[in-house]
Parts: sequence; C-alpha cells; structure tokens
Amino acid sequence: MDTIYYLIQNMLPVATPLLLVALGGMFSEVGGVINIALEGIMLFGAYFAALFVYFVQDSGMNPQVILLLGMLVAAVAGLIYSLLLSFAAVTMKANQTIVGTSLNMLIPAVVLLFSKMFFMSDGITTSINFYIRKVPVLGDIPIIGPMFFQRTYLTVMIGFVLLIISTLVFYKTKFGLRLRACGEHPHAADSVGINVHKMRYLGTSISGILGGIGGFFYSVGIMDGNVNGHTGVAGFGFLALAVMIFGQWRPGKIFLGALFFAFLRTLAYSISLIPFLYNLGINQTYYRMLPYVATMVVLAFTSKKSRAPKAEGIPYDKSLR
Amino acid sequence: MQDKNDFTRNKRFSFKQIAAKLNFSSLTSALLAILLGLIFGFFVMLFAMPANALAGFRYIAFGGFSRLGDVFYFATPILMTGLSVGFAFKMGLFNIGASGQYTMGMFFALYAGFMWDLPNGIHWIAAVLAGMVGGMLWGFIPGFFKALLNVNEVITSIMFNYIGMYLVDMWVRGSSTMYNSTITRTNYLPQSAQIPSLGITGSNVNYGIVLAILIGIILHIVLQKTTFGYELKATGYNKHAAEYAGMKGKTNIIITMMIAGALSGLGGAFMILAPSGIPGSSMTYEPVNIIAANGFNGIAVALLGNSNPIGIIFSALFISHLQRGGTLTNLVGYKPEIIDVVIAIIIYFSAFAMIMNAAIGEFIKKRIKKTDSDIIEDTTEELNVTDASNNNSKEAE
Repeated sequence: MDTIYYLIQNMLPVATPLLLVALGGMFSEVGGVINIALEGIMLFGAYFAALFVYFVQDSGMNPQVILLLGMLVAAVAGLIYSLLLSFAAVTMKANQTIVGTSLNMLIPAVVLLFSKMFFMSDGITTSINFYIRKVPVLGDIPIIGPMFFQRTYLTVMIGFVLLIISTLVFYKTKFGLRLRACGEHPHAADSVGINVHKMRYLGTSISGILGGIGGFFYSVGIMDGNVNGHTGVAGFGFLALAVMIFGQWRPGKIFLGALFFAFLRTLAYSISLIPFLYNLGINQTYYRMLPYVATMVVLAFTSKKSRAPKAEGIPYDKSLR
Repeated sequence: MQDKNDFTRNKRFSFKQIAAKLNFSSLTSALLAILLGLIFGFFVMLFAMPANALAGFRYIAFGGFSRLGDVFYFATPILMTGLSVGFAFKMGLFNIGASGQYTMGMFFALYAGFMWDLPNGIHWIAAVLAGMVGGMLWGFIPGFFKALLNVNEVITSIMFNYIGMYLVDMWVRGSSTMYNSTITRTNYLPQSAQIPSLGITGSNVNYGIVLAILIGIILHIVLQKTTFGYELKATGYNKHAAEYAGMKGKTNIIITMMIAGALSGLGGAFMILAPSGIPGSSMTYEPVNIIAANGFNGIAVALLGNSNPIGIIFSALFISHLQRGGTLTNLVGYKPEIIDVVIAIIIYFSAFAMIMNAAIGEFIKKRIKKTDSDIIEDTTEELNVTDASNNNSKEAE
C-alpha cells in the first residue's frame, strides 16, 4: 500500500504539467494552429518564473504565495512567447511546423547564453521549497488523504482546477464552439461572421498561457524549482503533444492520457523502490525509454481513426475556397 | 502519341520556368532571413552586453575567415544532416529526426571502428558504411509508421530521437572498449578507422567534406534527372495527384526516409571518424543524455538552402562559418550559444521570408508604377505580375 501511495504521490506532480501543456496544445490545434513550439513555450515560462522566484526567494514570503505569483509570471511569459508563433502562423501564413521548431531551438540557446553570462551556470538554481508535507484538514481523510493531499505540491490542485475550467470553456461556452469551428472548417466559420484570425490568435494564446504554467509546474514538481538550459523540459512538450493525440483532442481523454504517461515515467524513475521490478535486473535505461516507446505504440493504434481538426496546419486564406 | 509528347514537353518547359523562378526568389528570401537573423542577433548581443556588441558582432560575421579549415571541418556533419532534412522536405516530409539518425549512425561507426579488425585502407570506409546503415535503420522507422500506420512523422521522429539517444548512451557506457569512464567520454578510435586527412597544414580538413559535397551533387542529379527524383518531387507537390498518376506513395515515403536517415547517419560517421587537433571537438562522444544539436542545425541548413542540395552545400558552409565566428565571441565575453540564437531566428524568418519577399517586391513595383505611368496598360496577367515582382525583389536586394 505504501508503494501505491508513493507512486500516486509522485505521479501527480508529473501528470500536472503534461495535462496542462496537452490542454494548451488542444486549444491551439482545435483552432487550427499546430503548436510544436510547446516545448519552447514551457521552457520560456519556466525560465521567467524561476527568475522571479530567484529574486523574491529571500524576501520571506510564503512559498505557496510565491508559487502562485510565479505561475502568473509563467503564464504571461508563455503568452508573449506564443504570440511569436501566432504572428508567423496566422498573420504571415508561414509553415507552422518550421516556426514551432525554430521557437523550440531559440529558447534553450537564449537560456544558456544569459545564464552562462550572468549566473555562470547552465540555468537558474532556486533554493525555495514548494513541497507540502500535508494539507491541513484534507490530508487526514483516510485513503484519499494520503493519495492526494500528502507529500504533494500546490501545482496538482491548481492543475485540477485548470482542467475543470478548460473543460467548461471547451464545451460550454460560445468561444469554445467558435474556436472548434475555426479548426474544422474556417471558411464556414468566416461565413457566419466569426473572425478566424482573431480566434486562432486566442487559441494559440491560451496554449501559450497553459504551456508557460505547465513549464513552471514542471520545474517545481520535477526539477525542485530549478531550470536548466541543457536538458530543458526533457521532451515534455512533445510528450504532451502525444498525450493530446492520445486524448483525441478532448479534455477528458487528455486527462487520462496524462495520468497514463505520468505513471509510466514515475515507474521508470522509482524502479529501485519496487523490489519485483528491481529484481528483474533490466537496465534502468529501458525504463526511461518507456514513455517514449509507449507513445509510439499508442499512436500506432490510434492514428488510423484520428479525429484531428480538419484544418489544422493550414493557414487560413480568405480568398481560397 | 504525338499529342502526349507535346504535352509533356510543354509541361516540362513551364515546370522548369516555375522552378527557376522559385529558386531565384528563394535565394533572395534566404538572404533576407539571414539579414534579419543577424540583425536580431546583434540586438540580443546589445541587450546582453552593450559595450562589446560591435566587437562580438564583427567576430560572428568575419571571424570564420581566419579559420577556414575549421569551417570546412565543422561544416561536414551539418551538411549531411542538412541534405537529409532537405531531401525529406522535397517529398513533403519533415525529418526532425535527423538528430536521432545522426546519433545512431555515429554509434554504428564507433562500433565498427572499435570492434572490427580490418586492414588500414578499408577500415574507415567500412566504419562510414556502418554509420550509413545505422542512420538508415533509424530513418526507416518513422517512414514505416508514416506509410503504414498514418502516424505523423514529426512525432515519431522526435520520440525516436529520445529512444535512440538513450539507447546509444546506454550501449556506449556499457562497453569498456569504447567508453573511458575517467574522462566520461569515448576513447580515441584506432588510427585505421580515422578518415584520412587532406593534408592541408594547419587545418583538420579531411576527406569527409569532399565526400559530403560529392553526395550533395549526386543527390542533386538524382532529384533532377531520374524518375525516382521526379516522383519524389511530384509527391511533395501534390500527394493525391501523384497517387492518381500511379506513383507508389507509401513505398516512396519509406525509401525517402531511409535515404534521409542514411544521409544523417553518414553525418554522424563523418563527425566521429574525423581526427582533429581541437580538444574535445571530435573523435569522442560524451553520453550525457542530450539530443545531438547537429541534427537540428541541419534543419536550419536545409531551410536556408531551400532544400536544394547545391544550395544546402553553401548554406552548410555559411552556418559553419557563423558557428566558428561564434566561438570567437568568447574573447569579448559572449558565449557560443549566441550562434544558436541567430540560427533559430534565421529559421523563424525563413519560414515566411518568401511571403515577405513577395510583399517587398510588390511594394517596390507599386513605387515604380507610380513614377512610370506608361506601364499600367496590361500588366494584369498573372505571369507578368510575378515576373515583375521577382525582378524588383532582385533590385531590392
């Protein structure tokens, strides 16, 4: 039982960034813009939030307040960075995959350049502890308490709230419906008076906000609040894209996908604690590859009947019919 | 029969014309992207350290000329990955997995270099070929997933970048012949496995760059003069039309990805088998779970060269020139990463430089029109308009 508690407690902080970033990718893609730049957006958000944390960590503020403020910083940073993508992809009608790749390449280089010049390291190291040993009242509930409210981070709860908000926006608002129309059939959407360019900008901006927050939550939940330009976010942006495809561009399934991938990754990094798997004597590197291999297996089975937005990746041109 | 012949000739003629135009405007748009990339790079330097920005920028722009041998030496791997990405682009595939294929090729070459015992003249050739096979294997997988399972090649290649990197690092660390744990790098390869030097004093240039340029020229011929190349381009332009005309799209996807993988693998082999006097730059590999940057630089090279093999040869030399200049910026307090910033910005702009290029051409054309009121008569025809805008954009550059 302790092992199960341990796995769940460690899985949720990993699942949260995956979930948020995959939701961000979803908002961008149902609007019709392929967002390969999520990896870069994550690192950008994480870097600025860590920079913020670095400067306020000695001010004696409550760590959880700093986390919330850092989240806002990350969201704004992600939003700004995603505007580079929307400008190129929507206004300039550029190839979205290439632009995304360039944005992914740009930010690790910038992080390394400035960190090496000003901090003499490959990133930012913060010394604050966001860890929550036990949430007051809720942590005492049997079974659910140790699973969700002990040895965890505030990020998990925020992630859950953002999931609910995203689901509501996606299904229950005029905006969500219009956004999806722009990704399926932009000309039809345009013909009923929806501004396709504006909608796509909004979709990509939401993905920037969620991506930035996800990046910060990655650094909080997995890297102890540090950011490193070399390893970046270790392909989590791309894994999130796979989670999104796995979830067939729908929030509920994306949630399940994020849990699945986070479970595999947690398992890979806690092999030594599970006697059964440890005794098999398989090289740990194989377990580290597991999330990536699992992605491929899942995609191989789901891509045939993919429900991808029909107009994704195609710049909207009014004059084309 | 007569009719059909006429039709194809006609079509080829117009096709050529269009291609020539595309090439021309792509040259100006590449120059535009480079210009914008350098300007933004300069601003980044200005922001980071205003006092030395000018000196640093001078190193980036001209520093490479003082180390021409190194420019060629470091151009070899990115030339190969650039050819790999560009070749796949021609087919409409985005081979972001050049990095994984490169790593795989490098490992296969390493393995052949250490484990096989072959006579002097043959050993390095065998190691290079082994690298090619390794890359081919890693290129085959995304091709297979794309063709038969309809999985987007971008996601597959990214996943296999990670899988390949983890595998190679594990294999390297697991072998005491290859891996030297005290320096946490691979050992130096035996003499017989090294690519022979060209023998130019004061530089490390070896046969790798000659082979790479030759391969680029061969690819150009394959794309321009063979049925296979034609089918490739046709599929790239319009998949459905090509399928309708009887071309085997799925087989072609797999073959293209295998060739692209082989090219990247060769890049890895050329890198690891090339002896050099620069410490830590060659012959050894450090397994630190980081994805090879040369694969991603290949994307920049391919985009700048507009996926044309000949263009890629020049753009690889140019990027390598920038990188050599970038290492020199250390002298005035910057870090070599500034070049990665510049390269990323160049890619960003080259994604829509064509459109900007056309817009600038249009703008200048309008200006000329205003001053020259005679021309307004009947230039509305589509072809003339593009023609004029092309000419004007030439003048703009």
